[in-house]
Amino acid sequence: MLVALWVAATAWGQDVPEATLDTVVAIDEVVVWGIKPFSEVIPAQRLSGVQLEALGSHNVADAIRYFAGIQLKDYGGVGGIKTVDMRSMGSNHMGVFYDGIQLGNAQNGQIDLGKFSLDNIDEIALYTGQRSDIFQPARDFGNAGTIYLKTKRPRFKDGRRDNLDVTVRTGSFGLFNPSARWEHKLGERLSFSLNGELTLANGKYHFRYRRRFSDGTPAWDTTAVRHNGDIQALRLEGAVFGSTQGGSWNAKVYYYDSERGIPGAIVNNVWLNSQRQWDRNFFVQGTWRQRVSDRYETMFNAKYARDRMRYVNPDTTLLLLDNTFHQNELYLSTANKVTLMPDWDLNLAVDYKWNSLDATLDNFATPTRHTTLAAIATAWAWRGLKAQASGLLTLINDRHVTRRAEDIVASHNKWWTKFTPALFVSYQPFAAHDLNVRAFAKRIFRMPTFNDLYYTDIGNATLRPEYVTQYNVGVQYQRASARGFLAALKLTADAYYNHVTDKIIAVPSGRGQYRWMMMNIGKVEIRGIDLTARAALRPAREVELDLNVNYTYQTARDMTDPTDTGYGGTYRGQIAYVPWHSGSVVGQLTWRRLGVNYSFIYVGERYHVSANIPANHEQPWYTHDLGAHYTFVWGRHALKVAAEVNNVFNQQYDVILNFPMPGRNYRLTLKWTL
Amino acid sequence: MNKTRRIYHFVAVACLALLLGSCRNEDIIYIPDEVEVSRPEYTDVEGFFLLNEGNMQDNKCSLDYFDYTSGTYLRNIFGLINPGVVMDMGDVGNDLQAYGTKMWAVVNCSNKVTVMQYPTAKFIKDINIPNCRYIRFHKGYAYVTSYAGPVEKVERKYQQQGFVAKIDTTTLQVVARCLVGYQPDELEIVDDKIYVANSGGYDLNNLETTISVIDIASFSEVERIEIAPNLHRVRCDKRGILWITSRGGLLETMPPCLVAYDTRKRRVVARFDNFPVGDMWLDGDRLYTVGEAWNEEEQEWSGMAFSIIDTSTMTLVDDCFITDGSDALFQHPYGVAVNPVTKDILVTDAMSYITPGWLRCYGQDGVMKWQVRTGDIPAHFLFVGKEKQANENND
Repeated sequence: MLVALWVAATAWGQDVPEATLDTVVAIDEVVVWGIKPFSEVIPAQRLSGVQLEALGSHNVADAIRYFAGIQLKDYGGVGGIKTVDMRSMGSNHMGVFYDGIQLGNAQNGQIDLGKFSLDNIDEIALYTGQRSDIFQPARDFGNAGTIYLKTKRPRFKDGRRDNLDVTVRTGSFGLFNPSARWEHKLGERLSFSLNGELTLANGKYHFRYRRRFSDGTPAWDTTAVRHNGDIQALRLEGAVFGSTQGGSWNAKVYYYDSERGIPGAIVNNVWLNSQRQWDRNFFVQGTWRQRVSDRYETMFNAKYARDRMRYVNPDTTLLLLDNTFHQNELYLSTANKVTLMPDWDLNLAVDYKWNSLDATLDNFATPTRHTTLAAIATAWAWRGLKAQASGLLTLINDRHVTRRAEDIVASHNKWWTKFTPALFVSYQPFAAHDLNVRAFAKRIFRMPTFNDLYYTDIGNATLRPEYVTQYNVGVQYQRASARGFLAALKLTADAYYNHVTDKIIAVPSGRGQYRWMMMNIGKVEIRGIDLTARAALRPAREVELDLNVNYTYQTARDMTDPTDTGYGGTYRGQIAYVPWHSGSVVGQLTWRRLGVNYSFIYVGERYHVSANIPANHEQPWYTHDLGAHYTFVWGRHALKVAAEVNNVFNQQYDVILNFPMPGRNYRLTLKWTL
Repeated sequence: MNKTRRIYHFVAVACLALLLGSCRNEDIIYIPDEVEVSRPEYTDVEGFFLLNEGNMQDNKCSLDYFDYTSGTYLRNIFGLINPGVVMDMGDVGNDLQAYGTKMWAVVNCSNKVTVMQYPTAKFIKDINIPNCRYIRFHKGYAYVTSYAGPVEKVERKYQQQGFVAKIDTTTLQVVARCLVGYQPDELEIVDDKIYVANSGGYDLNNLETTISVIDIASFSEVERIEIAPNLHRVRCDKRGILWITSRGGLLETMPPCLVAYDTRKRRVVARFDNFPVGDMWLDGDRLYTVGEAWNEEEQEWSGMAFSIIDTSTMTLVDDCFITDGSDALFQHPYGVAVNPVTKDILVTDAMSYITPGWLRCYGQDGVMKWQVRTGDIPAHFLFVGKEKQANENND
């Protein structure tokens, strides 16, 4: 009966190999309707292989802008920090998973998605709430929104034992970005891949700020060059993939080392900033998944990560700083799925995580955190109805010290125990039509980060977790046909209500000038609608057109201070940087070995604080990007040439106040496959 | 095929609509908001400027003006008066004073002092002084404190001495610098000497505790006077007594305090312990202070103070000059001024520092007369009018 519930998976092109030789020889495979077991109650928004490549964007953050309900905080340029917020719940509520294991940052909770290039990424999947597939580690139940980045896996065609490709990108911002990937087959059940990438850019671009009189004549108009946005980064990855009877495993090593300038805010008389940041991230991780019997499947995950970050402010007009931070994370997980009845599964997962942070700050608290997560989840299916319920028990133990003049004067030991539930339901009313009605409710929290709690002078050790409650109802319809103009169509609509309480925000502190501290005082009410449409069209012979349109309407009201009303008040104001309207259009046209892409992003008017007055207004921005690629083939070799023009109309805009974004920019990519 | 054509048509129209329909207004010069807040009042004080600091990196330092003769409050006037000034007033306005025919705004994070015509606020010139903090005047020169002196590395920590810059008020050139302590804040000039409050606020483990005394004739530091940790403001009353505020430190043994130092007797003559002062204003023998107490243990604000000290008797005469209960409206009392003629008390509330604040006007009876929204972090007052004393609050 489960078969009857299988619906077409969301992923177009999911099973299509990357644009290597395969795409070239198998052009008519470009739009493939993967009909695959549907183990998720609410499927993800996905971008994969060919589609990712066609978007031409060069990092994960750029690609994520095309998802519905997402706000990207982008400080501009190649090296600028890019974080993602989903449905206005706050970027600290997003979990980012790299090959199944969460990327942690216990220090500030922020994962800079600009650091992850698409070079080695096979698929990006975005889930609101959680991935509603119960067979997963406990940590996967612990976020309000989740992004899964899946790296490329070796695939060997025609009895080959080696795949090699070399890519070079160049273009605006002084970009030089070579990468190489080698896959080797060691045996029927064993292969490995090595991938390296170097990113060099001076990060310079022109930006323009201006003011006009109401009659349109210019009051002032200034163009300047964005400086200190340079980056040098090296990424090395190695992975081993193996399979066993009824199971599979993989292990990987990741190393990232970078130096970048922090471009900083552009304010009156400050057109240059000189802050620098060095990041070194290293992790090893492994996964083993095994079907033990028809009724029992088990999974183990383990990870060790060590991160170093150094921040230097050499600007003598500001507080001089040279701080280094070291983080460690150890993670162990076991998940066990038992099939109690053919339509009833149960998963029990237990995770353990250890984090520590050390810093060269005065009187640093050197915190460590032990997190134990236990999740129980069950999935049940009956006719067109599919339901999943999960509960997550979180036990956290924080230890830190208080220092005075570098001597430890007190040690602290704190415990939190929290239980958070989630429920996902979907219903397919007509067996003949792929129409699904779905709903979910979830309550989850985020722990205050080490910075929130213990950062010297700013941290507040009395903080509580910040909660999010989400309710979502939606509908999804999809169809596919083997012939005709409309090859495939998928439509989704979701309406949601989220409530954030005890939101951790920075407020003025009493400890002297320009000092802030974190407090649990925020409250936000979010109501929104996400609409997505995707169509694969066959406008002519050998021509494929893939169209993807997203639209989000959102109100995110600041409910923190009911007394702060009237002109300039924050109560019920739209919170910072959340547009009411946003959306995107992506179109890809393919004809034989030629592809043309167009993408458009629209972010409507916003305010940079929740006092929604003209002085705080931010203009809408929208960019048009164009790209084209062609693949030359001779024998077993292929050379793909791709050219892009981004922000075609050279719009000058800020995503964040006083952080100007690049205007029109270009990129050229050469990818050689042999 | 007909259907296909229709879809093409639709796609083309949709793309065109997106191109044209997504309209965007170019940034227009900010037209000040005009709010009627009170009845007109005709005295020798015609109005006052209020400088809003704006939070760091926001570039939202702004100038408001209250016109007593019409009872109207104008928000954000700098842009309209000076439409040609690139990037408006700048980032974090830290002081506003007048001298002769010029008014001077110290814009801290824009590393400059903006000189304007007084009282039209027409822009004259920017004078670059890195990390500048406060300004005072004496015999044709302006003196500006700055955090950004020479840097030295002690062990692995940077230390940066502050300085006082001397500016010729006619040529608007910096003519000399005199090094003082770490992170110097307010300064005051008495009997040809400059008294500079050193804070040391960048390093909470090594706070400064002294006033630097600069001899104007030689323009060099001649003395350090021990007062209290983390000094902030310094104002001189008509008896030559300096009223000095200390922000206090992290330790329980360093609560904020207010100290009276007699420049003639050369000793501390009064001390108000555990007395937090964020801002103060001297009006004759009355020193008005606003401040908030911070509870280090609970990590929260534990109370506000709106006090009056009689500088002749050196006693606290009123520990809450607001009598109508509207002190409960305040989130973070930040600035205070007293109308030199009507003696109305003006108090600002910085709210959350990132959203617009409030200005509240109180009569001497402590009852609120009116209130109005300001820019972000309203802080520094400058009176306009025939009453000359208005801006020479200290001499």
